[in-house]
Order: sequence, then structure tokens, then C-alpha cells
Amino acid sequence: MFEGLLEPLFGGLSIASVLLLSALGLAIVFGLMGVINMAHGELMMLGAYTTFVVQNALKKTAFADLYIFLALIAAFIVTALLGLLLERGVVRYLYGRPLETLLATWGVSLILQQFVRSVSWQLVAGIVLFCLFFFGSLWAIDRRADLARWRNGLATLMFVISSGIAITVSNILGATYKLAATKPWFGTQGVDVTAPKWLRSGLIVGTYQLPYTRLFIIVLTIACVLGIYWFLNQTAWGLRIRAVTQNREMSSCLGIPTKTVDALTFAIGSGLAGIAGCAVSLLGSVSPNTGQAYIVDTFMVVVVGGVGKLVGSIVAATAIGLVNFVISSNAFKPLVSFSADLTAIFDFFATSSMAKVLVFALIVVFLQFRPAGLFPQKGRTVDA
Amino acid sequence: MSRQFGRRKFLLYGSATLGTSILLKACTPPTPTTTESPASPTTSPSASPAASGGGIKVGILHSLSGTMAISEKSVVDAEELAIEEINKAGGVLGKQIEFVKEDGASDWPTFNDKAKKLIDQDKVVTIFGCWTSASRKAVLPTFESKNHMLWYPVQYEGQECSKNIFYTGAAPNQQIEPSIDWLLEKYKGKPFFLVGSDYVFPRTANTIIKAQLAAKGGKVVGEDYIPLGNTEVTPIISKIKAAMPDGGVIYNSLNGDSNVAFFKQLQGAGLGPDKYPSMSVSIAEEEVKAIGVEYLKGHYAAWNYFQTVNTPASKKFVEAFKAKYGADRVVNDPMEAAYIMVYLWKQAVEKAGTADDLEKVRAAAYGQTFDAPEGKITMNANHHISKFVRIGQVREDGLFDVVFETKEAVKPIPWNQYVTETKGYACDWSDSKKGGKYKV
Repeated sequence: MFEGLLEPLFGGLSIASVLLLSALGLAIVFGLMGVINMAHGELMMLGAYTTFVVQNALKKTAFADLYIFLALIAAFIVTALLGLLLERGVVRYLYGRPLETLLATWGVSLILQQFVRSVSWQLVAGIVLFCLFFFGSLWAIDRRADLARWRNGLATLMFVISSGIAITVSNILGATYKLAATKPWFGTQGVDVTAPKWLRSGLIVGTYQLPYTRLFIIVLTIACVLGIYWFLNQTAWGLRIRAVTQNREMSSCLGIPTKTVDALTFAIGSGLAGIAGCAVSLLGSVSPNTGQAYIVDTFMVVVVGGVGKLVGSIVAATAIGLVNFVISSNAFKPLVSFSADLTAIFDFFATSSMAKVLVFALIVVFLQFRPAGLFPQKGRTVDA
Repeated sequence: MSRQFGRRKFLLYGSATLGTSILLKACTPPTPTTTESPASPTTSPSASPAASGGGIKVGILHSLSGTMAISEKSVVDAEELAIEEINKAGGVLGKQIEFVKEDGASDWPTFNDKAKKLIDQDKVVTIFGCWTSASRKAVLPTFESKNHMLWYPVQYEGQECSKNIFYTGAAPNQQIEPSIDWLLEKYKGKPFFLVGSDYVFPRTANTIIKAQLAAKGGKVVGEDYIPLGNTEVTPIISKIKAAMPDGGVIYNSLNGDSNVAFFKQLQGAGLGPDKYPSMSVSIAEEEVKAIGVEYLKGHYAAWNYFQTVNTPASKKFVEAFKAKYGADRVVNDPMEAAYIMVYLWKQAVEKAGTADDLEKVRAAAYGQTFDAPEGKITMNANHHISKFVRIGQVREDGLFDVVFETKEAVKPIPWNQYVTETKGYACDWSDSKKGGKYKV
């Protein structure tokens, strides 16, 4: 009996932990800032690729079996920095305009996907050169007051010149070094991230084996949730984030640097996406499409949980995970064995695709009754 | 002057960045452009004028983006290699082959649009393309209504025999059926569990497998499908364990990213190849590399060609491919099929004496033989080719040990003989009375 219960419980929790971990960053960005970040999945993907790079860098060293911890840190830093860049470069101009944010971040997600597919030394050299010349010259122009009235014209000119230089140099690079320069780093094929040896088997309980990777992800998820709660509730910056979430204008009046808070929140949300990407690379594929596999699920968790409440995401992820597992593995089949018709119905829904359909149908019905999710935000500033 | 980053400035920077990325993208790959022939210095395929007099124009239509790009990109590589080799050796009918490459973007309606574009606008004489059956089914009406020609390089579920498609991958009787026979022999009395992605190929393949197992006394204890691209496989693994507590054979027709998740988690759950051997029909050398050898060692795959196949043509193919794309690249079965279909088309065109008269090219294609990497293959009048069947086991270095191979090429049977609706039907396009589906 214990084992009978253990399996659905563990299976459900495994699904839930992946859902929650990948949704955590989004819950912060979408929930606290109201920014719909469609590039969240791609940030996860970059976290997974960072894991790949770290794994390969440490492959021959003594730390090969511990690479995963370093990868977690590296993935957090890389994606947090990228998130910062994204916020400073794109998102901050679009605050308060959810539709534009959605489109812009979706565009970013496509760019990131294609970037991972085609990134090579040649491409990197081209982009770096372009940025160096173009933004360098813009910076120089901005420092000279006498050039201000020519600014737009000069910028256009510099754009042409810098792209010319970048293209020429990268083409020369390609022609000189051939494959060494033009060969994509990762390519369109996925890359393999292999779990360290100690994560590859499982804990045997009776006849059932709990995979260590799943246990690891469950522990990691709990650690992340606790970390976030500690950060939001116990630190000064956490306090500022909460204040800005509740009332941006008032916080601003009281001297909280809202722009810094926005950037910080976005960077942390992105960093969490990186950690999630590192974790799911142990379970699934690491390819340019990795992010797309998770983006819908993460929004689902945040919407069902209620925007702005972390606890909502936790409960929603657990519920969705359990329901998904119970339906698709047909765990309750023995309970309906008395009726052939009921068994047939259960069997019909007991495939992964049908379970997904059913879970979404249940969510649609649920949202009819609770449009704001499980834990809606309350208070006067909700709609502000 | 205000330091405010205004909307105008943002638009300027934004469009500048976008423009650069497009420009860079357009200029990055000087290597994989069209022919490197001295005859046609215009290397940009889309820029060359329609039906230029110098060369023969063919289309390449695969997913270069989206979830299928993972597999289709390497098929494109193989096709480009074949075209390059042919051009270096003097081309077809004395003309260089030029290709127009289009991206189907893993989206089936896009495939159809791009096929129309290639035929109507670029006036190509043939198209090499598609991977998933769904994309092939999507472009099929276009090729039939325009009476054009598609070469399709991937093993598929059969039950189709179009006059306008040449299939150079395996029909079910050249991959799935022999592998089931082999499994029945090797794992006598073991139950079977069928796992697949949720689209045309796995569903049809599993129908065939179930019919075959029923006919030969095998037992199917479960069947499950995952949406394409989904990576949550925990429930399926639980079901496999519940259905086969004492071990059994997993027949796997998952495609794309789901495979990675499936094998990574299969091992974690303690379902190793000793008790739960799996036979895959969509895992080849490239996929092994992406999944990780540690997870796949000891599992089986059924194909017509493995990189380890020991023929002179195979060695030449592998060497040429590595020289062009890098020593760490591997070749696989669909790439081989893609490579040989370009050559088969070339031979047919040469025999017909024309590339434009598709009826003549079609008629000339029947009976063409080619010393392919997998062995000597023949194009049949049913538009499929006779192929060698092999079963490989994943070994330490990520390549396959060939554990079984047929002595001779197996003739293709597009209409499945285990499925009642198609039993007794065959296909023969060389005889106008018979056509795509006739009762034997």
C-alpha cells in the first residue's frame, strides 16, 4: 500500500518540481513586475547550454563529478547578466505596455534561439566589432556638444561603416580560418549534458527506484523557494522589491530607487531561469528548442497560482504535477476496476498527450470560477 | 541636451541592431552557399535569376528552424555534399547544379507554401526535402496537382505511393518489420511496450507492429504517445514498469527532444538495457551524440545504414563528409539516404537526357542502381528503393556495432501486408494500368 502511494506521490512531485523551478523566475518577473517575459524559456535554454559548457570544461579535471554545482552558479550568473541586459536594453522602455513587452520579448526569444544555432567565432567577432565601432562612435558623438545637431545623420553613417567593417572582417576571418571560424559552437543538433555519476542511478525503495536526478531537482527546488522567501522577506533589497510591487509611486516618493529595483528583480528572475535550465538539462534535451517546451507550462503555473503570489505558484505547480501524473499514468485504474466503462474512459485519457489535454481543460474550467487564480492579490493597488 | 533615451532613439538603435543581425546572418556563411563552381560565381541562391541558363536548378526544402531543425539540418548538409561532389565531377548533362534552399520551419503549412514557391517562382526541376510524415503529407497535394517531383530521404510508415515522390528511406518492411522479427527471435516470450511521439509516423508504425506481433505470437502490453517536443516522461516510465515488472522490450518511435528525456530518465528509474532493451527507429549517430552515450549504451536501433558499415562507398562518404563539415561530425541513415537520392536523380536525368521533362526522368529512374554507402541499391518501379536492413547496438564511442544485417537488399513494400486495409495491394508506376495502388 505504501509503495502504491509512493509512486504517484513521487511521480507527481517530480513533475511539480520541474514546473515550479521553471516557473519561479517567471513568477517573480511576471508576478511582481507585471512583465510578460516570453524569453523566459530561452533564458532556461541558455542556462542549460551554460551547464554544457561547464561540463565540458571540467570533463578532464578532478571536479568532473561535481560540475553540476559550479554549473548552477555559472548558469545563474550568465542568465542573470543577460536578464539585466535584456531589462536595460529592451524591457525598461516598455513598462506598463504588456502587449509590446510580450512581442518584444518573444522577438528576443527567437533571436536567442537562432543565436544558439548559428553562433560561431565568425559571428561573435562580427557582433563584437559592430558593437565596438557603432556604440563607441555614438558615445564619442554624444560627448561632443557641437556634433549634437548632426547626431542622427552621423549615427546612420556610423551604422553603415561599422556594419561594413564587421561584415568584412568576419568574412575575412571565415575565409582565412575556414571551418575553425565558421563552424557553429553548438549547431542545430542538441548537445549532451550527462548527469554526474552519482546522479545517474536511483534510490531503491522496495521494488521502486527513485531517480537521484529527480530527488536532486526536488531538493534544488525547495532550496530555491526557501532562498527566494529569505531574500524577499529578510533582506533590505527584498523589502524594496516588495514595496515597489505594492505601490510603485509611493515607494519612489519615499526614495526607493525603483529603476534599480526593476533591474535587480528582472536579473534575479532570469538567474532563476538559468538555474531551472541547468536542472532540466539533467532530465531532458539541451537544444535550441528546449525553452519552448517549458514556456507554456510555466505561464500555466503562474496564471493558475495567481499573479503576484509565490505561494500560489507553489500550490499550482504541485496540483498540476500530481493531476498530470495521476491521469497519464492511470494510477487510479485499480479503483475503478469494478466498472468496465469507467476503466475504458480512464484508459482513453491515460496517455501523455490526452493527459495534457485534460489538464488544460481542467484549468480552463477552473479559471472560469477563479479568474484571478488560486491566490489573487488583494488590496487597493491591485489594478493600479 | 537631454540624456533621456527617447522613443526615437530606441527605434533607431532597435532597427540598427535588427539590421545588423540580419546583415550578419546574410553574410556569415560563405561556405554553405550554392555551387562553388567557377561557372556560376553568383553564390547567393536566392539572388540568382529564375531559370538561369548556366545551371540546373533544384530545390532543397527542409526545416532549418523549429523543433525539427535538429534532424533536418544534417540532411541538408548531406544533400549539399552530394551536389558539391557532382558539380566537381562535371555536373549533370554538362551543367552545374544550383540549389535554392528554403526553410520549412517545422511548420507543415509553411512546407506547402515553400514547395509552391520553389516550383512556381524558382522553377526548380526537382525538390529534395521533408522529414516528418506530416510535412510530406502537407506538400503531397501540391506535388500531385503540379505533377512535380519530390525526393524524400527518411524512413517512414509506408501506406503511400505517390507518382510524384521518390522515397529513398526505408519502407516499414525494410526497417520496422525485420527489427520486430529479430526481437522476437532474440527475446523470446518477452512482452512489448510501444512508445512513440504523437503524430502520423509512430501511430501508423505501431498499428503495423501490433498487427505483426499479433500474427507472430508476440504480446503488446502497453502503448503510449507523447506530444512532439514534450519532455515529461515520468508517467510513461511508471507505466512501462507497471506493465512489464519482469522486464521486456521497449519499441521506441519517439522523435526529437522527447528521446533525450526518455533515455535520460529511463536509466535513472533503473530500467537498463539488460532487462528493458529498447529498439529505436529514430535514433541514429547524431541523436546518440545529443543524448549522451552513457544513457544509450547497449540499446538497439534499426536502420539501413550506420557510419560503421564497412563498404568502400561508406568510407568515402564518411571521409568526404568529415572533410567538409569537421572531424567531430557523424553521418547517419537519413543523411545517407539524402546523399544517394541526389545521385539517383542525377543518374535518372542523365539517362533521360533532360532534367525538365519530369515524365522522362521518372521513367528513367526505375531500375537505376547505385553503389551506395549501405551497399548496392536499386530504384524500383514503386518509387521506393531496395535497401539493406541492419540492426545496430550502441557502443562505447557513440557509434553502432552492427549486430544483424541482411545479405541482400530487401525489396520495398509500400502497402503494408499485415494491415487488413492494404493487404494484397501493391504499387507500380512503370505500368500505366497499375499505378499507385492496385490489387495483386
